[in-house]
Amino acid sequence: MTGTLLTARAKVESKNEDAGLMRRRRGVSKKLKTAAFHTAASSLALLWAVPVAVVLMTAFRSVDELAQNGLASVPESFTLESFAEAWEKGGLLQGLLNSFAVTIPTVAISMALASLAAFGLSRYRIKYWKLILLVMLAGNLMPVQLTLVPVSRIMQTLGLYDQLAALVVVQVAFGIGFYTFVLYGFMRSIPFEIQDAAAIDGASPLRLFWQIILPLSRPSIAALSALSFTWVFNDLLWSLSLLISRSNLPITASILTLRGEFFTSWSVISAATVIAAIPCVVVFFIFQKSFIGGLTMGAVK
Amino acid sequence: MVVVLVFLPLLVELLGVLLPAILGVGISLSRWNGLGSPEFVGFANYALMVEDPVFSVALGNTAIWLLLFGTFSYVLGLAVALLLQADRRGVGVYRTIIFLPVVFSSVVTALIWTSFFQPDGLVNWLLEALGLGEYARAWLGDPDTVLYAVVVAALWRQVGYVMVLFLAGLKSIDPHLIEAARVDGANAWQRLRFVVLPQLRNVNMVVISVIIIDALRSFDIVWGMTRGGPFNSSELLSTYMFVAAFGQRALGYGSAIGVVILVLALGFIITYLSRALREEKES
Repeated sequence: MTGTLLTARAKVESKNEDAGLMRRRRGVSKKLKTAAFHTAASSLALLWAVPVAVVLMTAFRSVDELAQNGLASVPESFTLESFAEAWEKGGLLQGLLNSFAVTIPTVAISMALASLAAFGLSRYRIKYWKLILLVMLAGNLMPVQLTLVPVSRIMQTLGLYDQLAALVVVQVAFGIGFYTFVLYGFMRSIPFEIQDAAAIDGASPLRLFWQIILPLSRPSIAALSALSFTWVFNDLLWSLSLLISRSNLPITASILTLRGEFFTSWSVISAATVIAAIPCVVVFFIFQKSFIGGLTMGAVK
Repeated sequence: MVVVLVFLPLLVELLGVLLPAILGVGISLSRWNGLGSPEFVGFANYALMVEDPVFSVALGNTAIWLLLFGTFSYVLGLAVALLLQADRRGVGVYRTIIFLPVVFSSVVTALIWTSFFQPDGLVNWLLEALGLGEYARAWLGDPDTVLYAVVVAALWRQVGYVMVLFLAGLKSIDPHLIEAARVDGANAWQRLRFVVLPQLRNVNMVVISVIIIDALRSFDIVWGMTRGGPFNSSELLSTYMFVAAFGQRALGYGSAIGVVILVLALGFIITYLSRALREEKES
């Protein structure tokens, strides 16, 4: 018994010596580790960046040069003509305008409704609050496919079929549960003393919301708005299901149509792809920090 | 007054999502081309699936999709998060680059990769350059490779998303735990295996649920690259649902496929919801 204890202690001690040695070596090994890290991370980043770089390069090539040299060749031309072609013949302006016309109201209405719901649920005793949260979050996880037929039918009945408003309604309904859930989590963390003080002063719930809770929630609402912008802007399935007229198609659907028409003119298709990606990339870089924060707010706490 | 604030959004959700979902289940029990009124046929649409070869292909492809897209986005996302978790110089740039495709739409991603997979595209050029020219092919035109090509494109977009979820999970681990393990002589692998991964268990369930629910819903990327072709060889349940309902005007059958997708996702939806609500109880 004592023997085993002694060997155990000896083992621990020898380990401690190892640790001491390691510490002395750490100066060298730290540099090595840093080098290894940057090698691994930069090759990975390169792998991820190459597709973007290639598409950008292709977009700036001329149609003729590309046809002559092939898609996977070193570019020998630099021109904006593919952008002009895509812009003029692809209906991209209309597509972008349609996308904005859907996305901006959707984000605004979603945030307004979700922040009100989250306010009520987090600051007041509401019966069945848990069930309400559950139902709302469940709606966000619903496979869209199950609802495509009924929703397109309902939109026909309401006279909204083939109108951008139909997309706004659907996107608000599908997104609102997640936004409410996330904002609920945030608003609950605001101290109740603030609320009590305001209530004693006779402030109505709406004033409490408008003057205290809403301003304090601004960072998370901004994060969710940025996220929501990219989700709504990037959607394809709903516009294919609810819109028919070409003049109504948002940018995602427009560039797919353009791909069908400019079958092998990859410089034009690439230019259209770049144009379609720009709005969300801009939103991402403006809101970068809160954007990623928003993404993890709902999923990981 | 406050109750109205809560019930208005709830009503939007109930009417916009849950009512259509219930109607969808109802329509799945009918034969309907959208013109007349639906004719009740019981479970005939579900019986039809058994004999429908395209449905089998779509179901099999969905299984492959879940397996490959799910496993690789999970493993790569976790690996990249572990690599990029430390606050080193330059780490923000790496993270941003890998996250950027998440911001692109699936359609943008689809078009980018469609050009790479063309017969004269980047992928074949790369193979030639590596002396593997014999493997060059029309990746999206070949029924044997098309699904895998689409998975690659989808992964390029998804890994950054999973990475961000894991990064948040890793950040929430108490650094003292890892330091204690280090002091006890645990090497890097042991610290990962016995400290970090067990601590990530909660995050894991969320990430897996999110990946599977997303994977079952994926439509845009496949539609943008192949529309489920050639000859249905890259058809998923999600794309076949769309084709059946809006291409072939078989609204009942399409909705039945929608029900199948919901059933497959249900377990993961419940996992996600129960975890989200358990947290509400704790606090």
